[in-house]
Amino acid sequence: MPKNYIPILMFMALGCLFPLVTLALLRLIRPSDPHKAKLSPYECGVDPVYQPRERYTVRYYIVAILFVVFDVETVFLFPWAIRYDVLGLFGLMEMLVFLGILVVGFIWLWKQGALEWV
Amino acid sequence: MFNQFFQVSDIVAIYPQLLLALFGLGVLIVDLFLDRPWKVLNAFTALLGIGYATYALFQIRRFNVSAYNGAIVNDSFAVYFQFVFLIATALVIFISARYLSIEGEHRGDYYALILFSLIGMNFMVMGMDIITLYIALELMAVSEYILVGYLRTNRQSNEASLKFFLLGAFSSGILLYGISLLYGISGSTDLRVIGQKLAERPANDPVTLVALVTLAAGLLFKVAGVPFHQWLPDAYEGAPSPITAFISVAPKAAAFALTLRFLFIALKPLQVNWVPMLSVICVLTMTVGNITAISQSNIKRLLAYSSIAHAGYLMLGMIAGNDYGITGIAIYFLVYMFMNIGAWTLVVAMRRKDLIGDQIQDMSGMFQKNPAAAVLMLIFMLSLAGIPPTAGFIGKYYLFASVIQTKHYVLAVIAVLNAAISLYYYFRVVVVMFMNDKVDEEKMVLSPGVLTTLAVTLAFTLIIGIYPDPFIRFAQNSLSLFQ
Amino acid sequence: MVTTTEYLILAAALFTIGVIGVLTRRNIIIIFMSIELILNAVNINLVAFSNYWQQFTGQIYALFVITVAAAEAAVGLGIIIALFRNKETVNADEIDLLKW
Repeated sequence: MPKNYIPILMFMALGCLFPLVTLALLRLIRPSDPHKAKLSPYECGVDPVYQPRERYTVRYYIVAILFVVFDVETVFLFPWAIRYDVLGLFGLMEMLVFLGILVVGFIWLWKQGALEWV
Repeated sequence: MFNQFFQVSDIVAIYPQLLLALFGLGVLIVDLFLDRPWKVLNAFTALLGIGYATYALFQIRRFNVSAYNGAIVNDSFAVYFQFVFLIATALVIFISARYLSIEGEHRGDYYALILFSLIGMNFMVMGMDIITLYIALELMAVSEYILVGYLRTNRQSNEASLKFFLLGAFSSGILLYGISLLYGISGSTDLRVIGQKLAERPANDPVTLVALVTLAAGLLFKVAGVPFHQWLPDAYEGAPSPITAFISVAPKAAAFALTLRFLFIALKPLQVNWVPMLSVICVLTMTVGNITAISQSNIKRLLAYSSIAHAGYLMLGMIAGNDYGITGIAIYFLVYMFMNIGAWTLVVAMRRKDLIGDQIQDMSGMFQKNPAAAVLMLIFMLSLAGIPPTAGFIGKYYLFASVIQTKHYVLAVIAVLNAAISLYYYFRVVVVMFMNDKVDEEKMVLSPGVLTTLAVTLAFTLIIGIYPDPFIRFAQNSLSLFQ
Repeated sequence: MVTTTEYLILAAALFTIGVIGVLTRRNIIIIFMSIELILNAVNINLVAFSNYWQQFTGQIYALFVITVAAAEAAVGLGIIIALFRNKETVNADEIDLLKW
């Protein structure tokens, strides 16, 4: 039914309008003082002398690894959430066991200091 | 509401694994509160977990439970292999504590990973469903990748871990592609249904053959059959020695059990296709393993190539595929566990503060320094070579007899020739120990754990060799594979 | 309408690219990505078959494969980092302490 899509259309229109209106409004009321230094990458420091393409420190990889693991584990939550009413108490317990194991791992790596930015 | 998804038999079937998982997580948490000198307590926690699990398994050994809608079958084949894994893991934990202290890497996650890997192996032999089997395989493999690279500051260990990981992940991918084709052909994830559906398909159907070849390649990577064996010597050499003892026995047995399940349940209708393929690989594995072992100067690499050769002997049992062959594989793993862990324990014991002790030359004059250790090594080498009255002979006897029964005479002759070749390099080690002069005065330090493992492995290597009947009856449990 | 066969051809192509990548490339990260490619080929296979048989098993299997791949990726990157700390390279050729 096309009629059902009208709220969505309205929502989309509102969503587009909101930032446009705010930006336009702000442009009118804020003070404007263009200055060359404001366009440089570091307004209050030395100009960059290296190319920005450099090796990242290995710490980013550790954060990335942890993110990937804990992010992907949520994949199992989706099927359970969809069938929650059918699975009921059994599903809830099963999911608590699953999350419990994850929490043990999380506590372990926290205590190991993997979350600290040394 | 509760019974719809879940029965009590489900919990009963996996009760030993639940205990192991609890203890594994427990080790992780307890470890956080232990100071450095107390880390050895982690080994006790892990052993306690294995003890409880063994007891639980002993109680359910005759139940023959089928759980989770047939995804897990705890038949006597599975129970037999689980006992082997539990014993092997316990023996390895005994020899780990002191080694880790010397290396300065004594942390609790080591024991947790060993337990997780053990859970993976147990599910590998119980699984009847390709999803369960895949998850179990990966649980085992991922734990092992970390364990092989456990010495973080040691470059050899890192490299070994990386090679093991890359080839392991690659082989899992290939195996998984084969599994996905099996699922596509049959529309089921149950190995038994897959077997029925494959039987209905025409012979030499291309899709089935692609599935067979990819599956075989993946499985052969896991059991390190030639030409898929290159990862094994590197992984074995670089890994911490107790871990090498572990991965040369338990995961190999698990991979073989998995292969047996695939070959004799799901791929049974294709037996005419896979027997010739396996025969060629069996001959290659035995010959390449033994001949390469001759030229090794490092005891860890020598034992690594010898373990490739042993995988070749074990394939004989699969090719024969009769009662004798399967019993042979089962008894061989029991025997191999004791003699191989025994030999590796002596390698572990040779690790001294300033000497890695993994060159064969480092063993010079061991007879003068530690006569008992030298005699023990002699017995383990005799057993690995398959000389009566040691246990190794019984294992080889069953495997060789099985191919003779099925009239694969050429294979039997090649296998016997290979056993003769292997005598040469096992005795080279013995000669260095007994004939050469000692290089230093430092004696072996035998910790209580190492002594326990040596005593157990020696006792069983001799007992199985002299009075094998009860062990053969025990191994015949594995015949439930055919039911 | 895309047929099952076409999905399977796509998966087979991805699989082959992955295998060739593992066998020919020398950068560990690229080898690693090729392995991921193989796993994704498997996922396409599983979902296509799941659709063909009109059942959910294959899709659930694909979910498991995704999570296992994530675990493998985490462990693999961890190993690479450990190696990199000891030897500053990601080239498989330069990892030569053990005979390859």
